[in-house]
This record gives sequence, C-alpha cells and structure tokens, in this order.
Amino acid sequence: MAELELLVALNMIPYLGPVRIRGLLNCFNTYSDFMNATRERLLSVPEVTPKICDIILEFRKKVNPFDEIERIQKLGAKIITIEDEEYPRLLAEIYDPPVVLYVLGEASVLNMESIAIVGTRKPTSYGQKIAEQIAGELAEFNINVVSGMARGIDSFAHKGALKAGGPTTAVLGCGIDVVYPPENHELMKKIIKNGCVITSFPANSKPLPSNFPARNRIISGMTRGTLVVEAAEKSGSLITADFALEQGRDVFAVPGSVFSPYSRGTHKLIKQGAKLVECANDILEELNLRKNDSAEIKEPELTFEESEVLDMIDYTPVNIEFIVQKTKKPPGEINAVITRLQLKNMITLLPGGYVMKI
Amino acid sequence: MLASLKSCAIYGIESLIVDVEVYISNGLPAFEIVGLPDTAVRESRERVRAAIKNQDFDFPIKRITLNLAPADIKKEGPHFDLPIALGILAATERVPVNALQGYSIVGELSLDGKVRPVNGILPMAIEVKQKGLKGIVVPLENAEEAAVIKGIDVIGVKNLKEAVEFFNGKYKPGKITPDIDAAKAADFEGDFSEVKGQEVLKRALEIAASGHHNLIMVGSPGSGKTMIAKRIPTILPSMTFEESLELTKIYSIAGLLAGKSSLIKTRPFRAPHHGITPVGLVGGGRIPRPGEISLAHHGVLFLDELPEFSKEILELLREPLEEGKITISRMNATVTYPASFMLVAAMNPCPCGYFQDPFHECSCPPHKVHSYLSKISGPLLDRIDMQVGVLPVVFSDLEKVNSTDSATIRKRVELARNIQLERYKGENIFYNSQLTPAMINKYCKLGKAEKLLMKEAFEKLKLSARAHNKILKVARTIADLDQSENIKEIHLAEALQFRNLDKYFQYLKV
Repeated sequence: MAELELLVALNMIPYLGPVRIRGLLNCFNTYSDFMNATRERLLSVPEVTPKICDIILEFRKKVNPFDEIERIQKLGAKIITIEDEEYPRLLAEIYDPPVVLYVLGEASVLNMESIAIVGTRKPTSYGQKIAEQIAGELAEFNINVVSGMARGIDSFAHKGALKAGGPTTAVLGCGIDVVYPPENHELMKKIIKNGCVITSFPANSKPLPSNFPARNRIISGMTRGTLVVEAAEKSGSLITADFALEQGRDVFAVPGSVFSPYSRGTHKLIKQGAKLVECANDILEELNLRKNDSAEIKEPELTFEESEVLDMIDYTPVNIEFIVQKTKKPPGEINAVITRLQLKNMITLLPGGYVMKI
Repeated sequence: MLASLKSCAIYGIESLIVDVEVYISNGLPAFEIVGLPDTAVRESRERVRAAIKNQDFDFPIKRITLNLAPADIKKEGPHFDLPIALGILAATERVPVNALQGYSIVGELSLDGKVRPVNGILPMAIEVKQKGLKGIVVPLENAEEAAVIKGIDVIGVKNLKEAVEFFNGKYKPGKITPDIDAAKAADFEGDFSEVKGQEVLKRALEIAASGHHNLIMVGSPGSGKTMIAKRIPTILPSMTFEESLELTKIYSIAGLLAGKSSLIKTRPFRAPHHGITPVGLVGGGRIPRPGEISLAHHGVLFLDELPEFSKEILELLREPLEEGKITISRMNATVTYPASFMLVAAMNPCPCGYFQDPFHECSCPPHKVHSYLSKISGPLLDRIDMQVGVLPVVFSDLEKVNSTDSATIRKRVELARNIQLERYKGENIFYNSQLTPAMINKYCKLGKAEKLLMKEAFEKLKLSARAHNKILKVARTIADLDQSENIKEIHLAEALQFRNLDKYFQYLKV
C-alpha cells in the first residue's frame, strides 16, 4: 500500500501517466523513498526512460503533495486512491486507471450502477430534450448518470438526472477547484449536492484541450455503458465511445433525423453496431437491469383546428409557413392555434419559426 | 445709396427671414459682408461681382457694405447670391427699392449670371407665408417646390436679368402649378404580391404596420428578409398632407428632392449600411444636416444585420425611438430634426447564420454566438415590440400564384389605424406602440379567459417580464385589425408568437 503523499505527488508530475505511475509504484512505497531515489535507481524502473527520468528529477522538487492535500481538504473535497473502497470498481478494471481521484460531493454514488451520457456541445432542441429525458428516466431507476459537465448534451444529462432527483456524477477535465465552462457554476453546485464531481487532475489545472481525452476515458471507464445522444461527424463524444469499446463496455446511440448533421456521428456508431436507444428501457434491458412499463400519457383534448394543425406537425422541425399553405388558413389563426398547442404541451416552438411535436 | 430686401436662412428644418442691407458709400473700392456669414456666403462676393458684370450691369467701384440681419445667427449656404446682387443693383438704382418690398429672394448665381437651384426651398416658402410676405423669388428649378405652399406668389427666375426685369415690371412670370396629386401613393417600387409565400411574415408586418410597432426579423441567410422589408412602405397608410409637407421639408434641406417632384407622397424607406457614422445616422455635422433617421421620418428605417452596427450607433437610436425626434447640440446651434420612424431590423442568429437551424450545422463556437446576440442591448430591445422568425422560402411556395398584394393589406392597416386614432383622441398618442404602462391598463383590459391564457403562457413558455406589456400592445393591434373592441383569446394567442428572438436567448442560457 503506497503512501497517499506519494500517489498525489506522482499524479502531479507532468508526462507521468497511469501506466508509468504503476511502474514506479512497484519500486517505491513511501514518499521519502521516492524523493531520495538516485537517478540510477529511477532508471532501473522499466517504464522510466532517461527523458522521463529527467522530468521526474526536475519536477519532484517542485511539487508539494502536503500543500495539495491541505488545499483539497480546505475546499471540502477529498482524494481517493485506487486502493480505496470508494474508488469506482469498474474504473479500477480498465488498463490505465488514474491512481487518485479528487472528489467533491457524495463519493458513495461512484459505485452505484452508472451510465454515461455524452454528446455535442451544440445540441439541437431535439438532442437537449432526449438527453434530459433519458437522464431523468435513468435517475428514476436510481442509476448514476455520468457525464462531463461540458456545454450542451452533458449539461442537459446532468440537469435531467437532477430534475428527477437522482444521483449524477460530473467528470471534469480540469482541477476540482476550476469551474469550466463558467456558466455551469450553478449546475456544479447542484451536482455536488445530489452526487459528486470528480477529476484526476491536480487542483488548479486548466481545462487544456489535451485533458479531455483523459477525462473521457474516466467517463466511459467508470460506467457500464456510454450513451451518445447527438454527435457530429467529428465529435469528442465519439472518442468517449471508442474508449468504451476498448474498455469492453457497451455503446448506445440515440438516432436522429438523417438530415441532421448532429446525428451523423451517432448514426455512424449505430452502423458499427452500437445499440439504438429510444428510451432508458433500451439501455436497462441490454444491461439486464430492472425493466419498467412506462405509463401511457393521457392525450389532452383538442379542438378540430388544433388536431388539424397537429396532424401536419411531425417529430422533425416543420416550417410554420408550410402549415399555413397546406391549411389555406390565415397565418394569424395558425399562429394562435400554435400557441394553444404549445400550452397543451403537444408541440414546441423552435427558434427561427419551426415547430416540432414533443 | 441704401437698399434693403429680404431673404431666408435655414435653421434646423425651419427657416427664418433675413434682412439683406446694402450700403454703398464713397471711399476706397471694397466689398464687405457682415452678419456672421460662413465661407459659402463670403465667397458670394466673387460670384456676385462676376454675375453682375456678365449680365451687362455696372458693378459700382465704391465701398460696399453688406449686412445680413439678425446679425447673431450664422448664415450658411450659397442662396444669398441673388438677394445680394439685387441689393447692390437696388442701391445703384437699377432696381426700384420699393418693388422689392414684400418679396423674399433666394438663389445661387453662376459667374455668368444664371440662377442655380438651392436646397431648403420648401421651409423658406412656409416661412414666407407665415410672415405674411407677398411672395418668394426662387430659381426656376425650385419653383414647383415652393408652389406647393398656397397663398404666396412664386416667381421662378432663370438668370439675374430676369429677376431685375421682374422688379422693373418688364417680366411677367407664368403661373406655376405644382403637381401635388401627380405622385400618387400607388406608384411604389415593388409589391407584397411579388414576395411568394412568407404569409406568416407578411401577417407579422401587417400587424407591425397597423400598430406602428418596431419589429426585428431573425433568420438564416437567404430567407428574404431584405426583399420583404423593402416593401413595407407599400402597406403603410398613405401620408396626410401635413405629413408629406414635413417630410418634404427634411428632404428639401438635405437637398434630396430629386428633379421637379414637388411633394413627397410615398413613405420613405431608408436602409443605411452598418458602416454608417453616428452623424450620418442621426444627423449633424459642421453645417447640420438631417441624418438617415430623419430621412426615414413617417416611413421605415431598415437596419440589416443589426448586430453588425456598432454599439454606439445603436444606442443613439434610443432617443428618437422614444421621442420621435432628435436634438443635436453643436457649438453654434442646437437643432431638432423630426425622426418618427418605424424601425425594422433584421439579423442572423449568429455570425454564420445557422445557430439552432435544424438542417445546417452552425460553425460558431458558443461564446461567439453569445457575444453576437448580446450586442443588441436590453434597452434597445425594450423598444422593439415584435420579434419574428424568418424561414427560408419553401420550394413549393415559388409556384404559388396568388399572394396577398399590398393594396389589400394597406386597406386593413388603414382601418386599424383609424380605430386607434379615434380611440386615442386626447391622449397625446396615435398608435398602440406608444401606449404607456398606465394606458395599457386602461385600453388593454383582459377578460377572465384571456388572463388565464396569459398566466399559463408565462409559466409554460418562460416569457420574460419585459415581454408582458409588449404582448399586450401587439394583442391590442391584432384586435384592432379584427375590429374587435376587446382583446380576445385568439388575439392574445397570436400575439404570443412574436417573441422569437427570446427563444434564441433561452437556448443560450444552457
């Protein structure tokens, strides 16, 4: 069992990944032992090349794990190591698990059944809706919804889970004391209250682009499966899906319109064999978790005009102008009917003047 | 050797009578103009000297002193040439001094003595009538413009000689009848029927025109925002005589009265580019000139790509949007130009234009969209009642034959405006858009069912508080278009659709 200080120190040295750290841990057990190690001794570790050795020698003096631990405690956070009970079991199974995790919030959720929901930072209203909905459904089954707290789908997944009162975990690509993106300040507070925020990066780390693949590896690694809601052809969410496959986890994808550029990525995944997901049940089934028959929603009563207009609206965006022309009714009347349908929760108005069924 | 006659000076969009006094005395030959002349007035010495000689009159080789009274107001422009020349000729007894009485004289001279047209004739003619003068002597090209004002003699002259002969009783000018009715409101460029499809947008514009609501169109590139905006003046009610007189005054001063047209009958449509300077927009300059907002008086000011305009420019619009006029303070003077216009703005939802478009990928990073949308400040947005989403034309639209034309819509707009004028008699406002919060309580009463709808809408559609009054104002206009005394549920339901820009802001908050 290695000392906490040693693990924290190793985690703080740049260019040392989980695999090299594991190699070093085979030779060193205590912090002082590591600090006093000569160049020759360090080089005797098979994972350490001369170049890495120079980096270790340079940085081991600069990093101060005692300060770091104290600072984390002051923040109300804690550090869990790979040997701790609270460390996510599934994550420990992957090839390169981080040796330490910084946790803010309720660490016990980390070992609940977890599903990751990821997607584009610029979702369509459809993607926002479905991410929120599925996250909510999963939360109702007491499944921990894991995501990256990024803009877009990630935020909606967290929100959906929180709305349903379920647990949720955000995996950051920066230090635990950094809020990124800044507008998610409030969301982060809520997540900490109902679940937890974790990261493998030392305090004060900036959200560098290179951090995110490492973050994505944790998201997919700590969950049974990863659901991609919307992803353009080249999207970071697809990296998460790739990690999930490498780690032997399931990949799920939500289909979209074939015309929507934001569904290209998810369709590609489905073509490659990812399971098509319409609702949370599709995921639960695959993972042999509990099943549930969702209650039918009662249809509200509609007037003749309302149902006439509703018939013309689909689950893909429809131009209001198109409805006016098809019904040959004055646009004023159509607008009024659309407001009523909106209030009856049958349709949603999209920016720009499209409507869509919900 | 003293002569005095009258001319006019321009101040803002008004004119005032100026006395031109000439005194010729013995002494060293000199020619001095006093009474705050600007450069153009001072230079008239050279033009007048040449013109008098080239028209075969004698220029006195004496000491000439010329005074423009009142002496404390700056005199600008070249239109003092003709009165100065006539004054000199009167002082040398080539023109009978008595004959000049009761006439105001304006005109620029060329070196050979021809009279050139000048700007601002209409306000001058109005002033001449108000001051009870007999008539006005103007360049022939400007005669029709001046003749719009009834009850004064308008004498158009081609050259200096003609003016001299007129005052000597040798020249009788023909009567000038202005073509007031020639320019009928019907000859617009373009018509709503040429815009195929877009019935939803046309309806929105009809409502905006009826209640004089400012409107913003939001939509992807190529959806026809500019094309349709250009045709808005065609659905506005035709101008009253007073309105067109006021507008013509502005154009007269700006020197934009094209050719001979005497009165502007069509409502203006001004679409300044977003590179416009503050002075170009609101007016001003060393010699104050009305800006685009005044040229759009009683008409439409169209600002395409609204967020591309600088913040400074957009903030300048706040005063005229509120007051219907703009006051410009300069070192020499403070002038007020009328600027009561309907603001129609268009914008893309983001720099690339496809933010939240279901069929195109938006290439803008989120913070760019945010900074783009937030260029439209809250106070400006507060003055815009309607936000309309504009969609690209569906292909099948283009084949459609029947499309509502402007004349039909204009009739409905006129009807709705008359209802408003009737209702707001004695309230000091004319249109629904001008309703103050207190008046909204008075004129936009809601029944029980309507109140319920409003409450439900606010909860479910996440409307902002500032949207509340605007929805009521727009609903009032829709009810007026329907000739309904009370705002009904259907009117309110329709009014709730004109909050499209807010939608984008909602998506941004994520």
